[in-house]
Amino acid sequence: MEFTSILFYVFSLFFVGSSFVMITSRNTAKAALWLILTFFSAASLWLLLEAEFLAITLILIYVGAVMVLFMFVIKMLDTEESTLRAQFTRYLPLGIFVSLVVIVQMALVLNAGPFDLESVGMPEQHGASYSNITAIAQQLYTIYVYPFELAAILLLIAIIAAITLVHRTQVNSKKQNITEQINVQAKDRMRFASINKKSKKESK
Amino acid sequence: MWQSFVELTHQLIPWFNGSLADILIIVIKGLALIFPLIIMMAYMTYAERKVIGFMQLRIGPNRVGPFGLLQPFADVFKMLFKEIIFPSKSNIYLFLLAPILAFVPAVAVWAVVPLGEDFYIANIDVSLLYVMAIGSVGVYGIVLAGWASNSKYPLLGALRSTALLISYELVIGFVLVTVVMVASSVNLNTVVERQSGGILNWYWIPLFPMMIVFWIGALVETNRAPFDVVEGESEIVGGTHVEYSGMPFALFFMAEYFNMIFMAMLAVLMFFGGWHSPFEGIPFLEGLFAFVPDLIWLLVKMSFFLFLYFWIRASFPRFRYDQIMRLCWKVFLPLTIVWIFVVALMTQLGIGPWF
Repeated sequence: MEFTSILFYVFSLFFVGSSFVMITSRNTAKAALWLILTFFSAASLWLLLEAEFLAITLILIYVGAVMVLFMFVIKMLDTEESTLRAQFTRYLPLGIFVSLVVIVQMALVLNAGPFDLESVGMPEQHGASYSNITAIAQQLYTIYVYPFELAAILLLIAIIAAITLVHRTQVNSKKQNITEQINVQAKDRMRFASINKKSKKESK
Repeated sequence: MWQSFVELTHQLIPWFNGSLADILIIVIKGLALIFPLIIMMAYMTYAERKVIGFMQLRIGPNRVGPFGLLQPFADVFKMLFKEIIFPSKSNIYLFLLAPILAFVPAVAVWAVVPLGEDFYIANIDVSLLYVMAIGSVGVYGIVLAGWASNSKYPLLGALRSTALLISYELVIGFVLVTVVMVASSVNLNTVVERQSGGILNWYWIPLFPMMIVFWIGALVETNRAPFDVVEGESEIVGGTHVEYSGMPFALFFMAEYFNMIFMAMLAVLMFFGGWHSPFEGIPFLEGLFAFVPDLIWLLVKMSFFLFLYFWIRASFPRFRYDQIMRLCWKVFLPLTIVWIFVVALMTQLGIGPWF
């Protein structure tokens, strides 16, 4: 057995194991952490496929940004176990149906036609001089530049839409005008009063 | 000598076509980097207390050893022998995982840092992205510490500092994009190589505003004064560290200092020519300083930035939280986006001082 196949089995074990624990874990924070481990194992598998740009982007975006926001939400959630598990069986029939559909679809895809294991074969090994990021960039910015830019514009619109949907002007919110605060001069806040000695003595 | 050592390990551990020997060599390389880093971090705490002491007309630590030079070791042993206290209703696994998650990325980013010409642990093609990806994992240390402590000040500190960290990661990312465009590479080695040829060829001149933005972002990312809202002693006691004692706290502390050293290193690599001598291309001085190894130049430049941390900490009062946020989203983000456009146009049209 080659060393890379040992690595593959180790990472796959971590991948499958952590995703299984992620699903079965009752604590939401722990589930999120297991999901992060799953992402890391997936990234390691991609590294074995010489897709180092994709692997690092996976970590950068999903682990570095998306999951942080997940943790952020989880921290503010009320994670009482009894309420979480109260209506667990209510959606069971629907869940079974959806998972069956997914299983059938995957079986159909993997067992037939161009995705069959025999017809795909091993991906080509490029060696140390291969640069994944250059290969992707050459495709992305020449042949697929219009789909790429369309996707970028779609994402931008999605961002703006999300912000406008959530952001309502609050009526009674107190706001601080920071520009005004920063531009404050000493003479606006402080007044020098000249007190002559005579009046001071009299007051005593 | 190193080559013969590599061949020797390959002969001793021949399994898997030498893959196991390669792993052992990587581990040895890593240890050879981590031990000097730990010593550096220990003496940074000493330097910080001395520098700030002198700036505030005090003496600083001077009791342990000559000039207080053994003070860091005294601190380390104090930390080691302290009792580790677990809050009674905290989640103990996550509570202990948090400092580990803060510390490991802070060390792991050093794997791709070029310390000299052909002197690194790994030279990967996407090293700049690797640095950003692994650096962003460090946020989990703070998130988990705040959540697992089951206490209000840690939670508050974690909430506001995570929001801050992910906001400023954007800014730093945009700044690095401009550097990548100018250097036309995401490999740290190539970025440094493009800056060869004396002090005028370093990127701090064409990208001067970006350098300033980067440094302020670095201060926020490493939770340093004047942006140290994760602790903010006068506001929320010790922030996420409130419930931590002994070695778990020491791990947080070490992670912060490792990150500081790393950010200083990144600033040098990105904007100050990395390991290149500042006298390259100057007729007389170049020959005079030719004997200095490139690692020394790197460390000298880095030490300046480390000093800058202490200098800034001694000089500025703490920012208010909403002001830091405003600075990020309303000042730095538009500025960096405009600069990305400017740099993109200039590199495309071939104008400007790109070397």
